[in-house]
Amino acid sequence: MIFLILVRRDLSLALRQPGALLLPVVFFILVAALFPFAVGPDARLLARIAPGVVWVAALLASLLPVETLVAPDVADGTIDQIVVRGIALETWAAARLVAHWLGFALPLLIALPVAAVLLGLPALGPLALGLALGTPALAALPLLAASLTAGLRGGGALTGLIVVPLALPVLIFGVADAPGALRLLAASSLVIVALTPFAAAAALRAAD
Amino acid sequence: MTATADTLIVTDLAADRGGRRVFGRVGFTVDPGGAVQVEGANGAGKSTLLRVLAGLLPAAEGRINNPFVTALAGHDTALKPGPTLASELTHWARLVGTDGSAVAAAAAAFALTPLLELPAGFLSSGQRRRAALARVAASGAVLWLLDEPDAGLDTASKALLATAIAAHRGGGGIVVAVTHGDIGIADPQRVQL
Repeated sequence: MIFLILVRRDLSLALRQPGALLLPVVFFILVAALFPFAVGPDARLLARIAPGVVWVAALLASLLPVETLVAPDVADGTIDQIVVRGIALETWAAARLVAHWLGFALPLLIALPVAAVLLGLPALGPLALGLALGTPALAALPLLAASLTAGLRGGGALTGLIVVPLALPVLIFGVADAPGALRLLAASSLVIVALTPFAAAAALRAAD
Repeated sequence: MTATADTLIVTDLAADRGGRRVFGRVGFTVDPGGAVQVEGANGAGKSTLLRVLAGLLPAAEGRINNPFVTALAGHDTALKPGPTLASELTHWARLVGTDGSAVAAAAAAFALTPLLELPAGFLSSGQRRRAALARVAASGAVLWLLDEPDAGLDTASKALLATAIAAHRGGGGIVVAVTHGDIGIADPQRVQL
């Protein structure tokens, strides 16, 4: 099946460059490690802001792979070959989204305990669950931004401006410590994930 | 003009790029086994014509009746540097449902067999061009759209290209090639842009 072939292809290409997979994770840990230095060794304060810090770090880390998500495939003709074969760009974008999520979110979740220790986070479970629900959106929005800016020179600087506002609902519900917040997080993440393949495909078509 | 199931018909085709008309009133009809050689000066819109035929760009005017499965070898070879040439060709063949034997045959037709286990990034530009042509040959497509397929090819490879095109036409395939001068296509229709 074409979708699975595309996912497997993206994953095998990603595994050839483990550095590119590790970079967002290292960045994520670095941002988390900055806060104890910046706000001081007040354990209670750190524990209180830790979920927010982890989410902001994850959001910032999600911006790092933007330039390699779509632009190389536009530049080297891969997108053309996909279209000529009659494969819907929506299918391609959905496959890229799944593969990118696996390559981005899994290492992030594995690194989460490290960030939790650095910040003195009391309970890991709720945050891990929230990130598992929210990272699909954090994988989707950079893909969308990368598709929108694929044809632009220096589009990378724009992507932050596109991603961050759209990620706000996910951030708000991810950090919220209220009943039902997880469901709203899942809902907002789902909407973003469902819309992204169509929006990304439309952006790529319009760019030509 | 009626749409037929086994003929490529291009009628009064025009295309715009950046709001500017690149070419207009292009028309030709090709039956299975036929070939079109598109010629013209740099910037005349030859590559644009191929991209419109491939469905990558919209036509500003006119109609295209293309009932065929289509393959394109453009200027961009769409080869990722890391994987071996074999896995690159196999990936694209798998996407259109052709099997490994088609890849092996296409690689042999373009003298790529000794290179199959090399990472695609190690190939020279002529070898990459041959790989792109082999991908077209392995796709099982009827209509081949070739953009300057002889660019960067050595003499031996040009002969392989001519042989492959002749074999494809012999099997009922159609070739539309952008060229500067003859590349060994027998008795082509010429379209001047």
